[in-house]
Amino acid sequence: MRAMGRHHEIEKQYIRYEGRKGRFIWLAGVMTLILGVTGLALGPGDISFRELLAVLTGGGDQLHQGIIFQIRFPRVLAGIMSGIALSVSGVVMQSVLRNPLGSPFTLGISNAAAFGAAFAIIVFGAGSMYSSSADAVMIANPLMVTASAFVWSLVACFLILFVARRRGATPENMILTGIIASSLFTALTTGLQYVADDVELAAIVFWTFGDLSKGGWNELLLQVVILVPIMVYFYRNRWNYNALDAGDETARSLGVNISRLKLAGMVAASLATAAVVSFYGIIAFVGLVVPHMVRRVTGGDERFLIPGAALAGAAFMTGCDIVARTIISPMVLPVGILTSLIGAPLFVLLLVKGKGGSQWR
Amino acid sequence: MEMIRLDSVHFSYNGQKVINGVSHFFGQGSFTAIMGPNGSGKTTLIRLMNGILKPQSGNVEVMGRQASGYGARELARQMAYVPQSQYNLFPATVFDTVLLGRNPYITWSPGADDRRITAEILVRLGLDDIALKDINKLSGGQRQRVFIARALAQQPAVILLDEPTANLDLKHQHETLQLLRQLSIDGMTVVVSIHDLNLALKYCSSFMVLDEGLLVAEGGREIFGEELIEKVYRVKVKIIREEENLFILPVEPV
Repeated sequence: MRAMGRHHEIEKQYIRYEGRKGRFIWLAGVMTLILGVTGLALGPGDISFRELLAVLTGGGDQLHQGIIFQIRFPRVLAGIMSGIALSVSGVVMQSVLRNPLGSPFTLGISNAAAFGAAFAIIVFGAGSMYSSSADAVMIANPLMVTASAFVWSLVACFLILFVARRRGATPENMILTGIIASSLFTALTTGLQYVADDVELAAIVFWTFGDLSKGGWNELLLQVVILVPIMVYFYRNRWNYNALDAGDETARSLGVNISRLKLAGMVAASLATAAVVSFYGIIAFVGLVVPHMVRRVTGGDERFLIPGAALAGAAFMTGCDIVARTIISPMVLPVGILTSLIGAPLFVLLLVKGKGGSQWR
Repeated sequence: MEMIRLDSVHFSYNGQKVINGVSHFFGQGSFTAIMGPNGSGKTTLIRLMNGILKPQSGNVEVMGRQASGYGARELARQMAYVPQSQYNLFPATVFDTVLLGRNPYITWSPGADDRRITAEILVRLGLDDIALKDINKLSGGQRQRVFIARALAQQPAVILLDEPTANLDLKHQHETLQLLRQLSIDGMTVVVSIHDLNLALKYCSSFMVLDEGLLVAEGGREIFGEELIEKVYRVKVKIIREEENLFILPVEPV
C-alpha cells in the first residue's frame, strides 16, 4: 500500500515538474507575441498602437496598410521563422553530433548556404542587381536560390558527418571542421567576388550579413513550405533525440534507428538553415546561444527543448530586429550584426557561468 | 523456454576473428555470466545478441526468431541493454532517464501508463527519493541502478549488461548483482559480461568462458577448476570451496 501511494506521489511530483517546463514554453510564446506586435508598431512611419490595431482589424488608411502589410509584417514573420529554424536546427545538430557546440554557424553550414545563394544569383542568374547599394538584389527565382543554398549546405553537412564518422564528433573535431568549412566557403565566395563586377559584388556582400528586410511574402511562403514539415519531423522525433543524448548504443537498444535519425536530422537542419540564409544572409549565434539558454530552464529534455527553443529563438530574433531598427534610428542595422553582438558575449557568459559537468564534457 | 540461441556465431573486426563459432542458449530466468580476459570477445558477443552487430556467419535467435528479423522497436520490447559506460550529454532527471525506457512503446508522447510504470520501477528500485535529481550528478552506484531501471521500463524478457559492476565500489557491486539475481528469480533472463570471477560465482547461475573468441567452457559452477582459469586468464589461482560457495584466489601470473 505504501509503495502504491509512493508511486502516485512521484508521478504527481513529475507532472508538476513537467508543468514548470510547459509554463516556460507558454511564456516564450507570449514573449514572441508581444515582441511581434511591438515589431509591427515600431519603425519609420510613426504608426501608433491604435492605428496598428485599426490596420490589423481591416481598417486604417492605405499608407499605413502598405507599411504594415508590405514592410513590417513580412519582416516580423521573417524574424520569427528564422529564429525558429536556426534555434531548432542548433538543438538538433547538438543532439545528433552529441556536441554542445553544434550550430549552423559554428559548423560552417551557414557560410556554405550563403555561398550557394550568391552562386545561384551570379552564375545561374537567379536574381538581378539593379544598383550597388546594400539592398540592390532582387531575387527572381527564390526556389533556385534556396536549392543552391541547400546543395552547398549539404556539402558542409556531409563534410561534418564524414569527420564525425571517421574521427568522432568531439567538440574539438567539430569546431575545427567548422573552421575548415567556413574558410573553404569564404574562399569560394571571395573567388566569386574576384570575378564579379561592382553590382555583383554588392550582391555577394548582401549575404555576408543577415538582414530581415531582404525577403517578402513570396520568400516567406517558400520558407513556410520548407520549414513546417521539417519542424514537425523534429518534434515528432523528440523522444528519439532524447535517446540519442543518452548515447548511440543506448538509443539503439531503445529501438531507435540511429543512422537514419542522424542523417535525416543533419540534412533537414541544413535545409532549414539554407531556407533562412538564402533569403536573409548569415545570422550567427542564434542556433548556438538560444538552445543553451533554453536548456537552463527546460534541461536536456527535447520534448520541451524543441518547442522552447523554437519560441525563444523567435522572440530572440524579433527582439534583436527591434533593437536593430531603433538603436540608431532612422538608420536600420542588419539584424545579423545584433545577433552576433548580443550572442557572442551571452555565449561567453554561459561558458563561464556554466555549471560544468555534463554540458561541456 | 529458450530466450536466446547462438548458433555457430562468427564475427571479425578488420579481418581479425573476435567471435569464433560460439553456440549457446539462454533459458528463461537464467542469470548467465560471460567471462574471459580482456579482448576475449565478451562485449562483442553481447552486441551480437542485441543486434548492434550482425554475425558474419551463424545465427542469433531471440525467442525463436532470427534477431535480424525484428524491427528495432520490436526488439527493444523483448530485450534491453545496459552499456558499460554512458553519460547524458545534457542534464536529465532520473525520472526522465527511466521514462526513456518506454521509448519502444511511445508513438507520440508518453501517457499516464508510461509515467505509472516509471514511477513503480523507481519505487521498486529505491530510486524514488532522487526521482527529480540530475542523473549526471549521482554516484556511480546510483547511476547504474538508474540505467537498470531504464532497462526494466522497457518491460523486456531479456536484459543484457556489459560490465555492470565496473567502476563501482564493493557495496554497490554486490547490490547491483543482488538486484539482477532477483530479476532472474522473478523470471527475467539476465546476461552480464563480468571480470570479477568471485562476484560472478556468488550471484550467477550459469557461466560462459571465452578465450580469444572461442567458447572454452560453459555450464554451472562445476566448470571452474584451477586449470581452466590458469589457461584462460594466464594466472595461477587457488580455489577455495566453503560449503556451497567457491572462492578464487589469484596467486601469480603464469
